[in-house]
Amino acid sequence: MSDSSSYTTAGMRWLAFRRLVTAIVKTAAVAVITLFGLTVFTFSIARYVPTDPVLAVVGDKASQATYDRVYKEMGLDKPMYVQFATYASRLATGDFGKSRFTQNQVFDDLKRVFPATFELATIGTLIGVLLGIPLGVLAAVRRGTWVDQLSRVIGLIGYSVPIFWLGLMGLLIFYAYLDWLPGPGRLDIAYQYTFESETGLVLFDAARTGQWDVFFDACRHILLPAALLGYFSMAYISRMTRSFMLNELSQEYITTARVKGLSEARIIWRHALRNAFVPLITVVALSYGSLLEGSVLTEMVFAWPGLGQYLTSSLMNTDMDAALGATLLVGIVFLFINLLSDVLYRVYDPRTR
Amino acid sequence: MTDTPRPLLEVENMNVCFRMQSGDVEAVRNMSFTLGRERLGIVGESGSGKSQTGRAILGLTPPPGTMTADRLVFDGIDLLRASRRKLRDIRGKRIAMVMQDPKYSLNPIMTIGAQIVEAYQAHNRAGAKESRDHALAMLEAVRIHDPQRVYDLYPHEVSGGMGQRAMIAMMLVTNPDLLIADEPTSALDVTVQAEVLRILDELVSERGMGLIFISHDLPLVSSFCNRVLVMYAGKVLEEVDACNLDNAKHPYTRGLYRCLPSLKCDVKPLPVLQRDPQWAA
Repeated sequence: MSDSSSYTTAGMRWLAFRRLVTAIVKTAAVAVITLFGLTVFTFSIARYVPTDPVLAVVGDKASQATYDRVYKEMGLDKPMYVQFATYASRLATGDFGKSRFTQNQVFDDLKRVFPATFELATIGTLIGVLLGIPLGVLAAVRRGTWVDQLSRVIGLIGYSVPIFWLGLMGLLIFYAYLDWLPGPGRLDIAYQYTFESETGLVLFDAARTGQWDVFFDACRHILLPAALLGYFSMAYISRMTRSFMLNELSQEYITTARVKGLSEARIIWRHALRNAFVPLITVVALSYGSLLEGSVLTEMVFAWPGLGQYLTSSLMNTDMDAALGATLLVGIVFLFINLLSDVLYRVYDPRTR
Repeated sequence: MTDTPRPLLEVENMNVCFRMQSGDVEAVRNMSFTLGRERLGIVGESGSGKSQTGRAILGLTPPPGTMTADRLVFDGIDLLRASRRKLRDIRGKRIAMVMQDPKYSLNPIMTIGAQIVEAYQAHNRAGAKESRDHALAMLEAVRIHDPQRVYDLYPHEVSGGMGQRAMIAMMLVTNPDLLIADEPTSALDVTVQAEVLRILDELVSERGMGLIFISHDLPLVSSFCNRVLVMYAGKVLEEVDACNLDNAKHPYTRGLYRCLPSLKCDVKPLPVLQRDPQWAA
């Protein structure tokens, strides 16, 4: 009980902290390397897909002289590594090229569409986590009872029913028949031209500037698509939670907790679930990542101006710069999510420190 | 044997049965014994039902197992009729159990101190400071030289012997009347086994607790306990006084005893236990 002993503890914690920082730096280094690979990948796609970037600019009626001039202007006569260096340095300054279809800088387009997807994915994931984890826990604790069966059916529907069908049914029921919720889009037409969203996050900006009528309208609009994404994420998260919980509940330390005379609630939520969180971090992060990538079908059905829709339409229009920019963004988002889950995991689980 | 007017624990005709798809498995059959504030050893080989006996007393038979008994009375409290709440009160506060391997029996993401405090607070209205002091004192009682430091460590950061001492501290912090030790040293290095046993021995004597010591180690049990129950295939074959083990009557016990290698005389080959199907009947 001397001072030296607490000093040792502090010393050990300091060592652990340094190990943690080293681990994070290492992970970040891996992320940078992955990012480099990603740019090589998108660059290669742009150069090797059988669409002619020059033709896309000059059109197929241009003369050979014009074609040759543009070919030179675009630097296509230079060696590949020079082209890549140019491409990479342009990316570094945020120049993703120009979208032929929207006539905007791709960077500006992405800045506009990504927040829409971000808002939808975040609320969807929140719904998925807040409902999925308790459902999974209940299914594990009441294994074999109707709760478990119900969660199984919910999961099965989530895995097997196409999302666009559920989306259309949702619109049909809550918009067309019951008229409880607004139709597709992010905002009512009345607000669409009067409300200026600075960050692109409508909910956030509306709340920040105190425009509560806009905020509630945006809430009503996001409810159905977010509930839909939340449902699918809930289906996945609840199944995973159930299996992680069953694993934890069969561990010996749970028997110890029972021997100690703890309440069942404490055993389940404090002991078993906290341990189940360790693998759940990865599951939730991956599910969030897949939603951030833009759920094409949901965004289509709900006319949601997000990343998924942008990526799809630019692919349909062979709008190469836009498609590659969006692909790159998806890659970066995934990298970031992975990095985040890695850090969270290390902070949360003392065994990994 | 110290006979008290009211025994600490009375078990009469206890059965533990697991209903499996492949048929019923009777882990414990017709178990009866009475325990005072003394040390009772339960020995038997793997699967003989000794661990399930310990768990059944605490009402912790894991599903799909069920426990039935004619009588299961702890210090005048009928455990068969006690409410869940009452049972929970008894668990940890009056009956505690030390399990085999601290690597699995401690929660991996809680510090050792937090786990001891949790055990204490489950049965005592106590603030953070008081609970911490109790936990630290208990860690000192199990001969951990640096309780302040160990308090903040996670289970994976300590050795097996240290972990098991922390486990003992956690189980004894509430001052229970009966301790069930389920192979408390089997997972430990031979070098630390003796030390952990000595600590357990001292604490049990000091506090006048009853002890049920479950083990497969016959000589160890006989040196540690007053009486020994020998189990085989879920049944108690015989009850012997620990000092009288050499004179055990049942052929199984005698067989087990004879199988032990000895340093003094070289027996080659070691005798093998000849099992009689009658024993399991």
